[in-house]
Amino acid sequence: MALELTPPPAPLLDIRGLDIQFRGARGPIQAVRGLDLQIHRGETLALVGESGCGKSTTALSILRLLAPGAALRGNILFDGRDILAMAPAELRALRGRDISMVFQEPMTSLNPVHSIGAQIIETLRRHESLSAAAARQRAVELLDLVRIPEPQRRLDDFPHHLSGGQRQRVMIAMAMACRPRLLVADEPTTALDVTVQAQILELLDGLRREFDMALLLITHDLGLVAQWADRVAVMYGGEKVEEAATAQLFAEPAHAYTRGLLGASLHGGRELHYTAERLPEIRVRTDADTQLRDFTLHRPVAPRQRRAPAAGTPLLSVQELRTDYPTRSGGVVHAVDGVSFDIAPGETLGLVGESGCGKSTLSRTLLRLLDPAGGRIVLDGTDIAPLGARALKPWRRRIQMVFQDPYASLNPRRSVFDILDSVLRVHGVDQREERRQRIAGILERVGLPADAAARYPNEFSGGQRQRIGIARALIVRPSLVVLDEPVSALDVSVQAQILNLLVELKEDFGLSYLFISHDLSVVRYFADRVLVMHQGRIVETGSHQDIWQRPQHAYTRSLIASVPGAQHRLAA
Amino acid sequence: MSTSFPVTGPRPAPALRALLGRLARRTPRAAAPAATSRSAALQAFLHNTAAVGAVLLLLLVLAMALLAPWLFPGDPLDMVATPLLWPGQDPAFPLGSDSMGRNVLAGIAHGARMSLSVGVVAAVLSLLIGIVVGATAGYFGGLVDDVLVRITELFQTMPSFLFVIVVVAIGQPSMAVIVLAIGLASWPVIARLVRAEFRTLREMEFVLAARSQGLSHLRIMLQEMLPNALPPVIVTTSVLVASAILIESALSFLGMGDPNTVSWGSMIGEGRELLRTSWYLCALPGAAIVLTVLALNLVGEGLNDALNPRLRNR
Amino acid sequence: MNLLKAGRVLRRTLWQAVPTVIGVVILNFCLLQLVPGDAADVIAAESGSATAESMAQLRSHFGLDLPVLEQLGAYLNNLAHFSLGTSPRYNLPVTELIGSRLPNTLLLMLAALGTALAVGVLLGSIMASRVGRWSDRLLSVLALLLYSTPSFWLGLMAVVLFSVHLGWLPTGGSASIGADLAGWDSVVDRLRHLVLPALAMSGFYIAIFARLTRASMLEVSRQDFVRTAQAKGLHPLRVTFGHVLRNALIPVTTVAGMHFGTLLGGAVVVETVFSWPGLGRLAFESVMARDYTVLLGILLLSSLLVILANMLVDLLQAWLDPRIQLR
Repeated sequence: MALELTPPPAPLLDIRGLDIQFRGARGPIQAVRGLDLQIHRGETLALVGESGCGKSTTALSILRLLAPGAALRGNILFDGRDILAMAPAELRALRGRDISMVFQEPMTSLNPVHSIGAQIIETLRRHESLSAAAARQRAVELLDLVRIPEPQRRLDDFPHHLSGGQRQRVMIAMAMACRPRLLVADEPTTALDVTVQAQILELLDGLRREFDMALLLITHDLGLVAQWADRVAVMYGGEKVEEAATAQLFAEPAHAYTRGLLGASLHGGRELHYTAERLPEIRVRTDADTQLRDFTLHRPVAPRQRRAPAAGTPLLSVQELRTDYPTRSGGVVHAVDGVSFDIAPGETLGLVGESGCGKSTLSRTLLRLLDPAGGRIVLDGTDIAPLGARALKPWRRRIQMVFQDPYASLNPRRSVFDILDSVLRVHGVDQREERRQRIAGILERVGLPADAAARYPNEFSGGQRQRIGIARALIVRPSLVVLDEPVSALDVSVQAQILNLLVELKEDFGLSYLFISHDLSVVRYFADRVLVMHQGRIVETGSHQDIWQRPQHAYTRSLIASVPGAQHRLAA
Repeated sequence: MSTSFPVTGPRPAPALRALLGRLARRTPRAAAPAATSRSAALQAFLHNTAAVGAVLLLLLVLAMALLAPWLFPGDPLDMVATPLLWPGQDPAFPLGSDSMGRNVLAGIAHGARMSLSVGVVAAVLSLLIGIVVGATAGYFGGLVDDVLVRITELFQTMPSFLFVIVVVAIGQPSMAVIVLAIGLASWPVIARLVRAEFRTLREMEFVLAARSQGLSHLRIMLQEMLPNALPPVIVTTSVLVASAILIESALSFLGMGDPNTVSWGSMIGEGRELLRTSWYLCALPGAAIVLTVLALNLVGEGLNDALNPRLRNR
Repeated sequence: MNLLKAGRVLRRTLWQAVPTVIGVVILNFCLLQLVPGDAADVIAAESGSATAESMAQLRSHFGLDLPVLEQLGAYLNNLAHFSLGTSPRYNLPVTELIGSRLPNTLLLMLAALGTALAVGVLLGSIMASRVGRWSDRLLSVLALLLYSTPSFWLGLMAVVLFSVHLGWLPTGGSASIGADLAGWDSVVDRLRHLVLPALAMSGFYIAIFARLTRASMLEVSRQDFVRTAQAKGLHPLRVTFGHVLRNALIPVTTVAGMHFGTLLGGAVVVETVFSWPGLGRLAFESVMARDYTVLLGILLLSSLLVILANMLVDLLQAWLDPRIQLR
């Protein structure tokens, strides 16, 4: 009996052989190479990759929004018409009506001098002939659709009156105005807090189902992909390396790079701890002649014996610490409001909280970059909170910090050698030869090449700069290192390398860590105990398992629920 | 135990020799080029033909100023020729002579000395005051900042040329007073610039890192912050010299310059009487001013492009 | 922007202006003290007789032998009564002198500023829309040339071309002397006299506004919300005028305000070149006559004018930019 197979429906968007080239300072740059991609009606396709892989460039090319210097080749077929061959007028009719786009930065994607109502109405009246009153009514309905409360009143608000999450909702409202058939979302939640992130994605998913719309989701976060996408395409270096249904990709990743990404990503909902295993690191080798890439995974071995945190007197004991900020209107904000915790020697204490909870203020207070309003900071038995600059000097050696932004934490005008050298000089290492040796030693220890000392920070990648920052912190042999979001600005694969390095160094140097992050999954992997901070206070403490499995406080529970990938989507 | 090597490093693939002639692999975004290192900036500057031409012109003017006593010995205010010769009339006086028979070319050459020296010294004075005030205000913030900003605003509120005239009128119209006056009128621009830079830099993490190491305030300001604040200051310096030259020429045009020296402005001022018939007396020194100031501005633009790689693609 | 916001902006800028005004007044007073010789010397020199007794008499008459603080008090008292003293040269109250010249200077400055803004913004927009092409480069060179030209020289060369050789426009003064014109003819005559000085003064500022507009428009075009506007399918012209221009003009207004003081200073030379009967020329004459009372009166008044102009610019900015928060 012959089986009658219905042919699969034609894709809504069909990208064939897309090639994108830019004019770089040193010759042409190939941003995307030979990309084939299809999206069908009503589905969510996630385009995943790390920075520089070409996913955003691809997204922008769909509506031909790239800078004039970009050269595009290939076909982008939408409903049978090739977007790349369209005349400008036809393209402008397509934009905002059949295909819409939502961008990454809600803060800057709206015009600050026009009200949000005016901007939504602008889209509406561009594509449909509506009277002013009718357009206004539609705008109110759209704001209601994206769940902005009091839409009538907010219509005349300006973008700076809204929060980041609300602005993104307005962007979505604008994109949905003419019921597009395809919505391209370029990292729509990257700039938002984790709790807001979940709401926005839920909104997008709901809209997709309600309007039978296709959604192209560009992201670097595999947790989001697991939760929201039907199919996934993975990109690296401008090429697609793998494409599959979500469940399939997560269950049996075919390509080594995908395997590496999944292994290194802590957002997959897996339970991983540094004591049990290290993260896999991806190695890419490109053949000079054939330009073919070879991907291998390398997973460092976790040593069997490890030093458990010592019991007894804690290394650092913080008691009722308070730090205030003066506000513009004359009052004070209690950024840190009575925080107490201990860190044992050899322990990694994780501190997790969203932006504005006071964790940065806390870390700066510990390093006495800010003066506390009250409380004690007892380091190895001595309260360093009230000490003046001179008395503080010998203690500064004991507690060091690694900063978040690899691009802002190193002085671009000084060589790596100078940066490390001045740190040693300030702490009293007078012999030039001794300094030279220590610098060479620490650079090797953090995995940087021998000639790194003579070079300048902007010759290094983000991950390498973070290694330099770690070298700067460790060169004076501290007891406690405060890690303030050390991997938040790094790609997942680089993050894995840095986390592995930090674990190793802790063992070798006998360090204690205070690891601060907004990302609960990373903290869970890296820390022995975890503190949850909210509005200047510690709301919960627990071991890394307890926090996850038996969260006590409502805020902790909401944080856990917001972690992408915490609940996997089942294959439809 | 392993030492992991970073894989997304700045290692562009070697130039391809592939048969298909495909293009070089893209360097990842994270590997920023060494665009702000000194050699790259210098190279960018040298590629800018306009800027290089301007530097050459400035060197020419400088040479003329330095060599004036030898090229045109004696006092340029001496009467040496028949009055009111047009340029080209007499080969001995290629740019002609004025109503008192003075050599215009000699005047321009000696005038260059006055203009350049006033311009440079006044600019240096403004730089010194401006950097000290701006750095202190930007770094310390708070009350110190408020007071210094008020003082800066005070000097900026007074129309600068009027202020210069008042100072010169009160003192003797000598070169020292003129330089002082111009310096005092021009420093607020630098102060604002440096203050803005220091305020930004103060929040940068590498400055926090330096503070967390316990470095002294002065050390941090000089070693960590000032080298990073300099690029816009360097760019503004050439504009500063240019505006100082313009102010000095206006002063001497009005007759308030140093009466014992020749200046381009004073030549224009004296030539004004004969504008109808011998307008070259005004045109030529003015052209010298325009060319010199233009060259300075071009150098400033070139420096801006070289030190600000982000804008280079435009 | 409603009246309430305008009122708040005004109140805030007035409050911030007070310390500056005080500073200007005190600085002025200090400069007055530094003046070599004093009013008594000047008057004595004018009258030709100067014995020790008559000088002492003059001094006590003018209160010049009182301690400094009392003199400051007298000075402030005078200011409170809107008096800037009396000019020994003209024998008129300084305020009257300044008052008679001020309108002419304001006319000249506003004409120059208006021309500069109109021409400059237009040129800058053209340059930004044709960025990188030869028309942009040509206009940029022209702008740089204008920026490097001293205004008095520009004025002189303009006189040579338009007055001497072409005879289209008068060489100086603000109106034809002797001709008894009325109504429309008078206006035209005045305008004809205004053209060259305004042009000379505006040259520098045309260059500034052109370059600034160009840079500002290019900067704004790179911002994310411009890309959003394009993604909505808007026509390029609508993107430029509806989205880019309004944002790009905000820094232009700031700079326009900042240069009000330089404009006033520039008036000195331009008015001298064109014999324009304004404040600038009065300042020049008082320097030549060593009439420091008038000179410093002009300095004080022009500083106050600058403060006023800054307040107006603040208002304008608050109107243009809804982000400006008010407390």
